[in-house]
Amino acid sequence: MRALRFLSLALALSVAAPLLALALGVSAPALAQQGTPRGVVSAEDLEAATLRQGGIISGRITIPDAAQGNLIQPEGKAWRDFHNVTLAWVGGIAVLGMLGVLIMFYMTRGKVMVNGGMSGRTITRFNLLERANHWMVAGSFIVLGLTGLNLTFGRHVLLPVVGPYTFTAISEWGKIAHNYLSFPFTLGIVVMLLLWAKDNIPGRLDIEWFKKGGGIVGKGHPDSKRFNAGQKMIFWITVLGGAAVAVSGYLLIFPFQGTDVADMQLAHIIHALISVLMIAAILGHIYIGSVGMEGAFDAMGSGQVDVNWAKEHHNLWTAEQLAKGGVSGAPGAQAKPAE
Amino acid sequence: MARMKFLCDADRCIECNACVTACKNEHEVPWGINRRRVVTINDGKPGERSISMACMHCTDAPCAAVCPVSCFYTTADAIVLHDKDLCIGCGYCFFACPFGAPQYPRVGNFGGRGKMDKCTYCAGGPQEDNSRVEYTQYGANRIAEGKLPLCAEMCSTKALLAGDGDMIATIYRERVQKRGYGSGAWGWRTAYRMTVAG
Repeated sequence: MRALRFLSLALALSVAAPLLALALGVSAPALAQQGTPRGVVSAEDLEAATLRQGGIISGRITIPDAAQGNLIQPEGKAWRDFHNVTLAWVGGIAVLGMLGVLIMFYMTRGKVMVNGGMSGRTITRFNLLERANHWMVAGSFIVLGLTGLNLTFGRHVLLPVVGPYTFTAISEWGKIAHNYLSFPFTLGIVVMLLLWAKDNIPGRLDIEWFKKGGGIVGKGHPDSKRFNAGQKMIFWITVLGGAAVAVSGYLLIFPFQGTDVADMQLAHIIHALISVLMIAAILGHIYIGSVGMEGAFDAMGSGQVDVNWAKEHHNLWTAEQLAKGGVSGAPGAQAKPAE
Repeated sequence: MARMKFLCDADRCIECNACVTACKNEHEVPWGINRRRVVTINDGKPGERSISMACMHCTDAPCAAVCPVSCFYTTADAIVLHDKDLCIGCGYCFFACPFGAPQYPRVGNFGGRGKMDKCTYCAGGPQEDNSRVEYTQYGANRIAEGKLPLCAEMCSTKALLAGDGDMIATIYRERVQKRGYGSGAWGWRTAYRMTVAG
């Protein structure tokens, strides 16, 4: 009898216990909700945490523009700091610094002259295709560079001079030119790579050339084939830098085509930094190809360089060409292409 | 002068999107552009909140800081506006904006985005107040008529508040005190470098 009562009690408990637990389980969140309805969310905490981690607060949206699902994207601050501070300093120092260095160099070193004087005999350095391609890249690069610099520095330099409406007209046409001239620039970079890569592979002579400070800084002329180490540097800066600038630029020309805002910010940072460094490097290239060295411009001008210039700056290449018999007797006369 | 701000009380917002619709209608905003939108975070989960978001008219506005043609200006009421006759549609303001406020009328390939468009706090633009040309470019200028932005004015739950920052912060704090909870003012830390508490 006693055992039976115990058994029934145990049975009753075993049934009641889950029910009790269920009742408690239901009431627990109900109690919690009185204090914090619909869960705890703090805009301040979430924003502060997102700002620290550089993340994005995003959610669901009912309009088709998915990019609008981002509520707060604090990484724009980092991009702003880059654009307004880092880029302005890096770009300003690179471009103005290079100009300053070149002016100083011209004042101290002066023009690099052909030691033996002009011989009056010429040799073909670059054929028509090479020169046309060079000037296509050069022409588009100058416009791309100036319009690009305008986006960063124009409002500080040009805007106060020409006024807001003229400046907008310049900048708007500049933007269009910048976008469309990217195509001849990129094409030219590819053609350059095909035409000149084989003569620009670094070799042992290049180390010697650097040791002697080239023909520019140092005295005398180190041995050189078709391109010396300095020219090879310019070549690879142009080709590799140009490729990086083209890729990052096309990501920006086609916004949201496989990119989001963060990707485009990164593309812009890469594009801008490489561009200002390239502009600085190309300023040096323009200097040495024009006022900096006697006889150098002819290579890309008429394509015919003086034999004495060629012997001094590219002795090994010149010997090769002379052996082939590519010399033209009369000054300025058209020689047949070296190939 | 007032320091105009927006404040969205996410504990009141019911995601009806009437603010979005009112804005589009009041300013005849073209297809594809949303000066205001409602974002729902933690959708379907505990802590779900809907927040109506537009240009917050920031203190030290990032869009103005990065604009390459300096087309932005701030009114006496601290409303951030821009001149569409100067905008070149470069997209930089969109890169810098923490709230995704700048919008462009076209897809934008080859840089052809068109002039940037964003919330004007119903304050039009640099053209003559309530002129035809101002309306075409920027929409209605309710501020010049002594009214507040329409999105906040017609909000059915009064979740979206617009007006002087101190005044709407006081209203919000009173609400929080009375009901005992509040998730805070979305975007205030980012836009105004302060929280609604003070």
